[in-house]
Amino acid sequence: MILLDLLIGFLRVGLFSFGGAYGAIPLIRDVVLEYGWLTDEQLSTMIAISESTPGPIMVNIATYVGSSQAGILGAAVATLAVITPAFVIVLLIMNILKNALKNEYVKAVLDGLKPCIIGIVLATGSYMVLENIVKKTESIVLDWKSLILSVVIVAIMIVYKMLTKKKISPILLIVIGAVCGVIVF
Amino acid sequence: MPLLPDLFLTFFKIGLFTFGGGLAMIPFIENLCVEKKKWISHEEMMDITVIAESTPGPIAINCATYVGNKKAGILGALISTLGMVLPSFVIILVISTILDRYLEITWVAKAFMGIKIVVGILITNAGLTMLKKMKKKPLGIAFMLVSLVLMLAVNIFSINFSSVALIIITAILSLIIYAVRGRKGGAR
Repeated sequence: MILLDLLIGFLRVGLFSFGGAYGAIPLIRDVVLEYGWLTDEQLSTMIAISESTPGPIMVNIATYVGSSQAGILGAAVATLAVITPAFVIVLLIMNILKNALKNEYVKAVLDGLKPCIIGIVLATGSYMVLENIVKKTESIVLDWKSLILSVVIVAIMIVYKMLTKKKISPILLIVIGAVCGVIVF
Repeated sequence: MPLLPDLFLTFFKIGLFTFGGGLAMIPFIENLCVEKKKWISHEEMMDITVIAESTPGPIAINCATYVGNKKAGILGALISTLGMVLPSFVIILVISTILDRYLEITWVAKAFMGIKIVVGILITNAGLTMLKKMKKKPLGIAFMLVSLVLMLAVNIFSINFSSVALIIITAILSLIIYAVRGRKGGAR
């Protein structure tokens, strides 16, 4: 049963995740929270690990969730499920539906989906930031340490970009976050 | 080297050395598959990028499937894709068996509390980067804002509504709006 859940859950992620890795995170979050496979804390940990290890983030998270739920077989099922839609769709486009992406109706749908995905990614990201800063227990409490750390991280990103004209690498930022975490908490 | 093992090893290498995934690996794929191996042309690489951005799933998988199929049919696609996935599969499998033990150590747990803050910011930043590149048409901006507000509300008030439902509704709406505009004869 768990294998079937993994299959359906990660097929869903693979089939609806437009816009690359970060476009997929809201969908992954939906699935892992719905089935109770990961908490928000564990998901953040996995996103950080996926950023710091090679390979596609979707594949990394699928492998981890599959493995933690049902061992190596679970890992194989979840990983194959997340890549199968992309595999099949590319083969279809190359061999049968050669003009699918030029079709005006397909274009209209993709034009509508892109902004929708951006909205979903922004909502997920800002909710995760908010969740760190504002703790909802009996009353609403501000977590000052997290707030200050968030401001520091954003400041580092902005200053780095101003000085080097390049975006700071996510891995470097994760390392900085880890060091700050050990010091502050 | 025969083609099939070469495809496997090349994509294994790409899978092993590209961090962060997604569009970050396109230059790496271009260097290996276009310049070194001459498996595909620059135009085809552009084609891959368009396909990767317009189809669901990991971008790396789209690329591996495309190149493999181009060079050696479905078997080539299968072998390239498996080569691409295998390194992260093995690495994460190893990590998953030891991670829980490490998370029990106090300072590791603290480090991940810091990392959690970075991850939220990284996702928001990815969204902002996508927003900057978005074509600013009124309909698109409306879709973006409605999705943003709706999904924030869903998260904050724990409403039972998945983003897949929103994606399907948006796809249907886009089709209807396009069809209606077309019938009126209005140019898009």
